[in-house]
Amino acid sequence: MTILYQNKQYIRDNITKKRDDERSNDEFRKITIETGVIGRAEGSARVKIGDTEIIAGIKMDIGKPFPDSPAEGVIMVNSEFSALASPDFENGPPREDSIELSRVVDRGIRESKTLDVEKLCVEEGEKVWMVFIDITIVNHDGNLIDAAGIGAITALLTAQIPKIDKDGTINRDGKFEGALPIRDIPVPITSGLINNTIVTDMNKNETECAEAIFTVATIKNENYCAMQKAGPSEMTDEQMLKISEIAQKESKKIRSAIEAAVKKHKA
Amino acid sequence: MGSNVPEKYKTLIKDDKRIDGRKLDELRPVKIEVGVIPSASGSAYIEIGNTKVLAAVHGPKEMFPRHMIDEDKAVLNVRYAMLPFSTSDRVRPGPSRRSNEISKVTRHALESVICLEEYPAMGIDLTLDIIQADAGTRATAITAASVALAHAGIPMKGLVAATAIGKINDKLAVDLNGPEDNFGQTDMPIAMISTNKNITLLQMDGDFSKEEFKTALSMAKKAIGPLFEAQKAALRKYYE
Amino acid sequence: MTSVKIIPKNDGKTNKDTENIKTDKADIQNKKQSKKIVLPGDILVESIDFLAGYGTYREGKKIYSKVLGLLRDKEHVISVIPLAGPYTPRPRDFIIGEVTYIGYSNWKVNFGYPNDATLPMSGVPEFIENGADLTRYYKRGDLLFAAIDSVTKGGIIQITMKDKRARKLFNGKIINISPPKVPRLIGKEGTMISQIKNKTGCIINVGQNGRIWVKGDNEALATRTIKMVEKLSHKSGLTETISRYLDDGLKKIGTPEKKEKK
Repeated sequence: MTILYQNKQYIRDNITKKRDDERSNDEFRKITIETGVIGRAEGSARVKIGDTEIIAGIKMDIGKPFPDSPAEGVIMVNSEFSALASPDFENGPPREDSIELSRVVDRGIRESKTLDVEKLCVEEGEKVWMVFIDITIVNHDGNLIDAAGIGAITALLTAQIPKIDKDGTINRDGKFEGALPIRDIPVPITSGLINNTIVTDMNKNETECAEAIFTVATIKNENYCAMQKAGPSEMTDEQMLKISEIAQKESKKIRSAIEAAVKKHKA
Repeated sequence: MGSNVPEKYKTLIKDDKRIDGRKLDELRPVKIEVGVIPSASGSAYIEIGNTKVLAAVHGPKEMFPRHMIDEDKAVLNVRYAMLPFSTSDRVRPGPSRRSNEISKVTRHALESVICLEEYPAMGIDLTLDIIQADAGTRATAITAASVALAHAGIPMKGLVAATAIGKINDKLAVDLNGPEDNFGQTDMPIAMISTNKNITLLQMDGDFSKEEFKTALSMAKKAIGPLFEAQKAALRKYYE
Repeated sequence: MTSVKIIPKNDGKTNKDTENIKTDKADIQNKKQSKKIVLPGDILVESIDFLAGYGTYREGKKIYSKVLGLLRDKEHVISVIPLAGPYTPRPRDFIIGEVTYIGYSNWKVNFGYPNDATLPMSGVPEFIENGADLTRYYKRGDLLFAAIDSVTKGGIIQITMKDKRARKLFNGKIINISPPKVPRLIGKEGTMISQIKNKTGCIINVGQNGRIWVKGDNEALATRTIKMVEKLSHKSGLTETISRYLDDGLKKIGTPEKKEKK
């Protein structure tokens, strides 16, 4: 169901004074991160940001490397906007939004060189590990990219590489080589402009009111590794700088939460 | 069968105990939660052993696609899907022949209890996502679906729950787990209505004698009872 | 006086949950307070002395529930008040809807129901000449508090603004609640909604379709309170709980009166 015109107006008119759910402009909703939620997956996480909920799962398989990188493992991010989450999600091939989400999450992980793909080579030019990161949206209340990004990296951090048996097949009986070679923790933070005011972690209604949306993924050393400007309207450079600073600040907090969840998982 | 069964699964029953320690007529542990998806009209999460399913109902709402409208009653649109990470080998996203067939039989398993005539020309969307598969996904999905439908306030003559009866090492057993399903002889998913125990879904593959089929039906009837109780307890708990 | 067995479990056997319903007044009163939750397929009563009312169906002697709801037994009619489910339009109900389309002689109004309602030119208090520009009265995106005039079996719904309570709603915010919870939000003789209005100082219009329009300084508190009523609607003693909730909420932000004094 799309937002009523008057509610849209209400959010826009009031944003300078207060947000619809009484949060301050750069305040995140409550985030919960659960690990090990799917036993069949090599790694998994369930992330909730307010009422938004996603599940991320890692599956690994042996495949042929790309010709231009014969000694590197392959990463693939795919997301499903399941019809579970919203009556607006039609079933069928992935739509623009889910493709964009997958690609932004993919870039955050790929460009930060989070996964040491060289260590995922089994036999150069012939066999490498393919790492599938699948994200399912369970409930949609906005800010899907941040939830998906947090879920993806948490699932990777808790993933175990399956053992390869002597005959070259993957052992699916719970025998593992060890953790994935992970070097960083990229965290995407999305803010938007509503009535020219910067608002972070927008819920679904706020997202429908946003003129412009800007996602910034930050790595451990506070540098940025991926960005995406979306939404129909323009943004000033000051606004973009401000949003990237918010991303630096917020990603630090969320990274600690991810690290805590992973530590708890491994304990 | 035979040669490609791993050594450890050749004996699925020992001293009347199954590999997971269950008795032949014992269900796996059942856990049901109601209202797990706030944006849905009704929703349920269910775990039966290691099989985990999310069910969501959206509607009654405008029927899409429009050429499928039934002017006399609502249309139940069922979409069953296994999530990519739900099994050992990744499932390629998108519908498959298997998921299409299961969506159809699931629709038929539920249609007869739903008072669809109360919502002419509308659609009720039922989404069933298998988060983790360890046999019995369609049965578990059906059990979750009727909880989600009740939670959505859809009028129904009763609840529907489902389980499977199988034959493993020549013995009948209820609610097969993964290895029992893969290396057993027979699998028969079955769904029943809570009020009169009539059957709304039955599929079978494998081998049953007439006697075995008869016994399997009565075993199913007995085994499904606790599932109805679990469904009701979960719905009541939501309103406590 | 009839005494019949209520069988909450549907296996037909009596068990520890089995209790007796008597039709004397004291017992009905108790029943109301305990607010028994029943589920589709539950046997509500096994007797031909009762009539199967709303939310139930009969098979032989047995009356079953067909919805998740609260059991009601009033003058030998057994019915179930649903706790969830969609809104069913009924004539004389007030709904809140948004104008989505303007035709030559009517407006289409979406009120969260699969079919849009029609507001004909004749449903507006002013006389409108044929061919007049209808956007002068209502335009796309306008929010209307309108009465349902008629509902056909085929699902055609006509609404009217020719009612002294009907009006256009300006600059407020809309909250959605589950339509079956609306009667609880209104309360007995309007007690619940009155106390929310009085204590928060907000103007509130309640649509039977589950859309609630709120406007005033304490919108946030009013919103939270309405959501609270929705969540706890099946509990007893709700009016008092909500009264306390509002008082606590006002303490934190200062009452509207105090604000005025400043």
